[in-house]
Formats: sequence, structure tokens, C-alpha cells
Amino acid sequence: MATTINSLFGVHEQALTYRSKRAEVLASNMANADTPGYKARDFDFKSVMNQLNTPAAHATQTHSKHLGFDKTPAAVSLAYRIPTSASLDGNTVDAKVEQAQYAENAMDYQTTLRFVNGKISSYLSALRGD
Amino acid sequence: MSLYNIFDIAGSGMSAQSTRLNLVASNMANADTVSSSSGETYRARQPVFAAVLQNEVNSHQQSAAKGVQVAGVVESQAPLRQEYAPQHPMANDEGYIFKPNVNIVDEMANMMSASQSYKNNVEMLNTAKQLLQQTLKIGQ
Repeated sequence: MATTINSLFGVHEQALTYRSKRAEVLASNMANADTPGYKARDFDFKSVMNQLNTPAAHATQTHSKHLGFDKTPAAVSLAYRIPTSASLDGNTVDAKVEQAQYAENAMDYQTTLRFVNGKISSYLSALRGD
Repeated sequence: MSLYNIFDIAGSGMSAQSTRLNLVASNMANADTVSSSSGETYRARQPVFAAVLQNEVNSHQQSAAKGVQVAGVVESQAPLRQEYAPQHPMANDEGYIFKPNVNIVDEMANMMSASQSYKNNVEMLNTAKQLLQQTLKIGQ
């Protein structure tokens, strides 16, 4: 049971953030499918989420006026996709691969939305008591 | 919200691809434009695409490109087709006419690639729009 409204959605809030971030990265790849020399980028969603749940250093706040510890990673480390086939112009975007990844990411985004909606409706029914 | 950026990114992609389609149309239309000197002859035009990179405030924060842009339009340096046709109204003093260096097959392939890329961008934009609509409906 979540004690504050902030923790109501748990990990799903961050999942949505990084899913939309990934959609943006994949969209850039797609837009640059015909740009010479462009290298396709992506990041590993799973490792980002793991990073969120296991902070690098365990620290406790000993004074209320001390700065809090931000659990969000400083930056999502973008990697370069390994191309399946070489192209003459140095572009590593495979439109089909990007399309598949984008679709998968969109489905996962919708799944997370479903979880969030489920949370809301269960809390609402608890509040109503019916 | 990163999903809103997809509208800009896909929009830049669509704009770049439609520029490319425009140039293909121009090349195809002028494929048989004859002239009497090599300087006046139409030359095949091609767009040069370049990624739009994000200006990061924090240099350590690496980020993806923010879309694509047409950096410029270049004229093909392939040799013009010179033909001996003294009866042609455009023939020069030596009886030669100059035809553009447009390769119709190249242009057709270019057109198909551009329209496919345009479609991909539209599809991507639609998906992002659906996701945003569903996000706005959270809790309803």
C-alpha cells in the first residue's frame, strides 16, 4: 500500500518517462534513415530501470536541510546499434529494425499505461467503498 | 514530454522527404529538356540530408538527434548527354544539342525510397499521437 500520492504509481511513472524517451530516440533514427553517415542510436530500457532500482551508493539523509539523493540517473547512456548490413554512405539505420523496435516500445508504453489505469481504478473503488 | 518531440522529429523527416520527392519530380520533368550549350543544360539535383543535433547545455549528457534537415541541394556532376542533331531547333553552331544528365531509373528508385520513408514517418507520428491520446485519458 502506497503511503503517499507520490509513490502511487511506483515504477510505472519512470517506466513511462523512459519509454517515451526511447520512442524519441527511435523516431530520430527513423527520420534519419536516409542521412549519410548517421549512426542509429538506442538505449537499453532494462538496464536503465535496473539502475533506478539499485542506487549506486546507499546514503541516508541525516539532516532535513541536506540535499536529497536523486534516484534518477544523470543521463541515459545512448549506445550505437550494431548494423546488420553495411551501407555505402555509412548510415546504420535499418528502417525495418527501427520500425519493429518502435512498435514494441509503443506496445510496452501501452502496457504501462494499462497498469497505471488499473492502479487508479483500484484506488478509486477503494475510496468509493462500493 | 519526449513524445511531443516525436511530432517535430517526424515532421522534419516528412519535410526532408518531400523536398527529396520535389527534386525527383523536377529531375523527371526536365529529363528531356534540351539546350544548345552545356552551361544552360539542366543537371540532376539531389538533396543532402544532415541530422539535426541537439544543443546540450550539459555536454556530458549525450542525446539523440532532433530530426533531419536538408543541408543543401547539389547538382549531379555526371557528364551531360551530347548528341549530334543538326536539324534540331536548339542545335548549336556545330550541330550539337545537350541533354540533361538525369538518370530516369535512379530517379524512380529515389522516388520509391522517398515515399517509403515519408510513409514510415507518418506511421510513426500516428503511433505517437495515439500514445499521447491514451496518456491524456489516464484515470478516465
